[in-house]
Amino acid sequence: MAAPETCVPAILEIADDCLILGHRLSEWCGHAPILEEELALANMGLDLLGQASALYAHAGKLEGKGRSEDDFAFLRREREYRNCLLVERRNGDFAHTMLRQLYFAAFMQPFWRTVAATSSDETLRGIAAKAEKEMAYHLRHSGEWVIRMGDGSDESAARMADAVIELHRYTGELFMASPARAAAIADGLLPDPDTLRAEWDETVATVFNAAKLELPEIRVMQKGGRDGNHGEDMGHLLAELQFMQRAYPGHTW
Amino acid sequence: MTDKHDLTPLWEVFIRPRNGLHHRHVGSLHAADSALALQAARDVYTRRGEGNSIWVVRSSDIAASDPSFAEPNFEPADDKIYRHPTFYDIPDEVGHM
Repeated sequence: MAAPETCVPAILEIADDCLILGHRLSEWCGHAPILEEELALANMGLDLLGQASALYAHAGKLEGKGRSEDDFAFLRREREYRNCLLVERRNGDFAHTMLRQLYFAAFMQPFWRTVAATSSDETLRGIAAKAEKEMAYHLRHSGEWVIRMGDGSDESAARMADAVIELHRYTGELFMASPARAAAIADGLLPDPDTLRAEWDETVATVFNAAKLELPEIRVMQKGGRDGNHGEDMGHLLAELQFMQRAYPGHTW
Repeated sequence: MTDKHDLTPLWEVFIRPRNGLHHRHVGSLHAADSALALQAARDVYTRRGEGNSIWVVRSSDIAASDPSFAEPNFEPADDKIYRHPTFYDIPDEVGHM
């Protein structure tokens, strides 16, 4: 069964998460601490870009207005992007980047696993089956680094602790279902993100325990991305992401 | 400051392209420990579907023959052509050996 058109905004939320985080990882190109990690970051970025591409194409088809994946990726305005705030946070140092990846992957792996097993939409089940394996790797890779930096030198431990203080407050939004998402949940297209919280908590706690990191107590979680209210870094990110299509409309490689 | 390569020593990477074949040396990389070396090997050497199994071993754990002793090691085999099984007529029924 194909999903109804009302589910398009919910699919775009997830596609935007993948596109924006994939773009953030691509910013590491040429700047990674070692060659091996340069390739790892680019690989993960490409995984996410591939997921975004498949989701945009599917959303365009369901919408039926002839919008292509490029239209979604490059030709919307900032407020129209509905990614969560976590994925747009700037790369910071390597500790920030790896912690952001851990937080996201710890959510997305069970998310895709659930979509693959339960979604009413066949195309989404296919995308999910592939994406789950990719996110399992992201989770393992980022987790190993968080453990090594958290339980590493004084310098690396301090940087990891800073990253936790900076980024943990953006994790709450992963579990909030926007009105757009609620429609897709009701249609059996996507799982309720709140049902994935226990597994995320356990995954993150296991890594933090091994990394000797403290889980912070966050009173108020940051949110807004799902309403199109982004942080100030988002405009800069989009300026770079969209430059070619804005300067040379319709340009192809 | 500690040299980066003290923290991330060299590892040799072996990839098995398919079940039934043996692992082949494909190159080397720097990594802090075996878990990260396996991940780096996956990212550096299996991006185009090159394999389904990876081994890594610390380069310093490999004992190598002495290049200056190459002649005593290997030249004595050069004139012992009878060790190559090329003098036998193999019956057609045997097929590939």
